Amino acid sequence: MYLALTDEQQFLIEAAQGTLARHDTLEGARSALDGAPGPALWQTAAEAGWTGLLIGEDADGAGLGAYEALLVVEQCGRVLADARLLGHLAATALLEQAGADATLRGALATGERRAALVDAAAGERSAPVQARRAGTQMVFDGRVRSVLDVPDADVLVIVGRDADGACVAGVVDADADGITVTAERAYDATRLVGTVRLESVGATALAIPADRTRDGADLQRALLAAESVGAADACLELSRSYAIDRFAFGRAIGSYQAIKHKLVEMLRRIEGARSLVVHAGRTWDDDRAAFALAANAARVVAADALDYCAPETIFVHGGVGATWEHDASLYYRRAELARRLAGGATVAAAAVAAVLLDEAHLRTQRPDTVSALSVG
Amino acid sequence: MSSSGPENLDAFRAQLRDWLDANAEHAPRRQVLAPQDDAAVGRWRGWQARLADAGYAGITWPGAYGGSDGTPAQRVAVEQELTARGLSGVFDFIGIEMVGPTILVHGTEEQRDRYVHPLLRGDETWCQLLSEPGAGSDLAAVQSRARLQDDGSWVVNGQKVWTSFAQHAAFGILLARTDTEVAKHKGLSMFVVPMDAEGVTIRPLRQITGDAEFNEVFLDDVRLARDSIIGAPGEGWRVALTMLGFERVGVGSGLHATPLDRLVAAVHASEDRDDAGVRVRLGQVASELLALRHTSERVVEEIAEGHVPGPEAGLIKITSVTASLAACRLAVDVAGPEALVDDEWGHQVSALPGVRSAGGTEEILRNLIGERVLGLPPEPRVPTKAA
Ligand SMILES: Cc1cc2nc3c(=O)[nH]c(=O)nc-3n(C[C@H](O)[C@H](O)[C@H](O)COP(=O)(O)OP(=O)(O)OC[C@H]3O[C@@H](n4cnc5c(N)ncnc54)[C@H](O)[C@@H]3O)c2cc1C
Repeated sequence: MYLALTDEQQFLIEAAQGTLARHDTLEGARSALDGAPGPALWQTAAEAGWTGLLIGEDADGAGLGAYEALLVVEQCGRVLADARLLGHLAATALLEQAGADATLRGALATGERRAALVDAAAGERSAPVQARRAGTQMVFDGRVRSVLDVPDADVLVIVGRDADGACVAGVVDADADGITVTAERAYDATRLVGTVRLESVGATALAIPADRTRDGADLQRALLAAESVGAADACLELSRSYAIDRFAFGRAIGSYQAIKHKLVEMLRRIEGARSLVVHAGRTWDDDRAAFALAANAARVVAADALDYCAPETIFVHGGVGATWEHDASLYYRRAELARRLAGGATVAAAAVAAVLLDEAHLRTQRPDTVSALSVG
Repeated sequence: MSSSGPENLDAFRAQLRDWLDANAEHAPRRQVLAPQDDAAVGRWRGWQARLADAGYAGITWPGAYGGSDGTPAQRVAVEQELTARGLSGVFDFIGIEMVGPTILVHGTEEQRDRYVHPLLRGDETWCQLLSEPGAGSDLAAVQSRARLQDDGSWVVNGQKVWTSFAQHAAFGILLARTDTEVAKHKGLSMFVVPMDAEGVTIRPLRQITGDAEFNEVFLDDVRLARDSIIGAPGEGWRVALTMLGFERVGVGSGLHATPLDRLVAAVHASEDRDDAGVRVRLGQVASELLALRHTSERVVEEIAEGHVPGPEAGLIKITSVTASLAACRLAVDVAGPEALVDDEWGHQVSALPGVRSAGGTEEILRNLIGERVLGLPPEPRVPTKAA
């Protein structure tokens, strides 16, 4: 469907496609399953300027918004390229918001160093990370599983809760005392996922208003959504061309409604998810208070879209879809792992409900509250 | 109102807001799939006339026929301002969204002069006499016969069914067979039928909700004047396709969706609002409804930019029905089974399955989108003669 993109955004998409086309990312995703090192996409991302997308121009970044980041990541998802951007972009967004040290932001913008976000809300079913203030430092304790991009990251942005339950954030070098990172095995071998243990880790406190510290985790969910939309769209394209080329009983299989309607269902789910990703991208700049709802809703619908498209792509391809050599299974691996990352799609659904019910609660107390929901 | 440009749109919107401040008291509240008694219909039609007189209905239509020569962006602005205030738009959406634009495309100068302005004001509302007991999805199979008389007039016999709002309509737009000797798509013509003409019988058809919004319409030797044909004889299918095209891309494709704020209020009011399972379900259904809202907005933006949305806009209808039913089920689950017989949730639970078929079934939409948008090969079609 038609999307209002500026010329710059269109250019960014085309440039991303060109850049990614230089690597055989799909073959990389397959051989990584047998232990081969994947393509050096971090370097590529740095050269393309993606590492500094959300960092200000004062620190050698591009100073762009979430919309642009989502567009790039969607293109990555399409070809299953994982350039370690999901951890890095979410972490740098918080550093930018806090106006963190320009030298640090500069090194992250150019890709000289790589960051990851450690937030229990962005990890898998863990208790919150505990935080206490000690002078200008925040001290963190806790354990978070399945953190995206954390193995071998240089810088960690940590989000935890203080004794009053308020969200606070800090930044620390990944090799600082008290930090243990253990890589986890990943069903989708393009992914870098790890468990982080924090024992009295002293980090530099980040000056972010309490209600904005969750933006990093929410952004990561939006990025996952964008990436899932790209991957789901690639599934549809694979299925579509096969449905036109493959003949059974003397007819193209795409002329059979069982196949045709399935492909339209893929399109329907993808378009719904894409609408929410676009909306999330816009709210980041225009209406940040609405970002959490948009990002989490995008995450839910995009995870469902990919969950539908990936296995159905295997089925549309019949026997060949079930082989190691076929790309369909790589998207399936992506789908199965992705829906469980960053807290999982179920947690995102609960987050959507929490925003809506909190708002309904406010409205019962102050009936004149203007609601984003008053429209059908 | 003819020139576009953002400053102009801002001025248009400001004027519209002032007008709404002064006139909103006459507007019925926006409701979803709610039954309407005669008094409510009368009030709603009065509101349509007010909108039309102020230039806020038929905005993109030519001024010569009562329209405003406005832009798609202005049309979208009106829809947005009305929705934001929870106010209804026009009563006769069949006339405004489908029949009017079709007459503007295919009608003669005299027909546009005669029909368009009263249609716009809701003085004369319209119904679509398309489906028949033996021709729904396969609309080109209609059997109603119109026979040309020596004096150039026509005599129609046949039966139509599921005709929405025929009971209020001044006119119906009728698809009938004028030639049985040619392939079925080629022998059709489109007519205007005065619903009070002799030989027209309207019989209400009760729906699952218990109300009768649609009807059976019997046509027995109904005499139609020579100038009641829209387009040339044999061009009926082309005219019908124009009309169905307008139907699928109407701004209101998501109109029947359950309002998200009502669902949230229902969960919030229930004892289950802290139940983790209920919250996850709410989050999932709410996300679908939000996806629907923002997909509709994308289509609306497209219209506002002057593009004609493709058939994929029809996906909105599928999502609308699916997500709304899921929303109603959740609301009833938390409110308790008695909600199945209440005016809000119960009514929607009963109405939504019909919405899924109205205006073309989900399967037919999927065929269309699969072929036109995804470029998949068509199913084998058997060429048939009509009679
Ligand atoms: C609330 C409501 C309001 C309506 N208002 C109007 C109105 O104002 N004017 C009017 O003219 N009509 C109206 N209709 C009729 C509506 O357009 C038809 O019901 C619809 O087009 C389906 O036709 P049918 O009922 O004959 O079903 P059928 O065509 O008999 O279809 C029955 C089932 O078979 C499936 N099917 C049929 N063909 C195919 C195919 N090729 N591939 C796969 N599946 C297929 C259908 O999807 C459906 O599930 C209304 C219907 C409803 C429910």
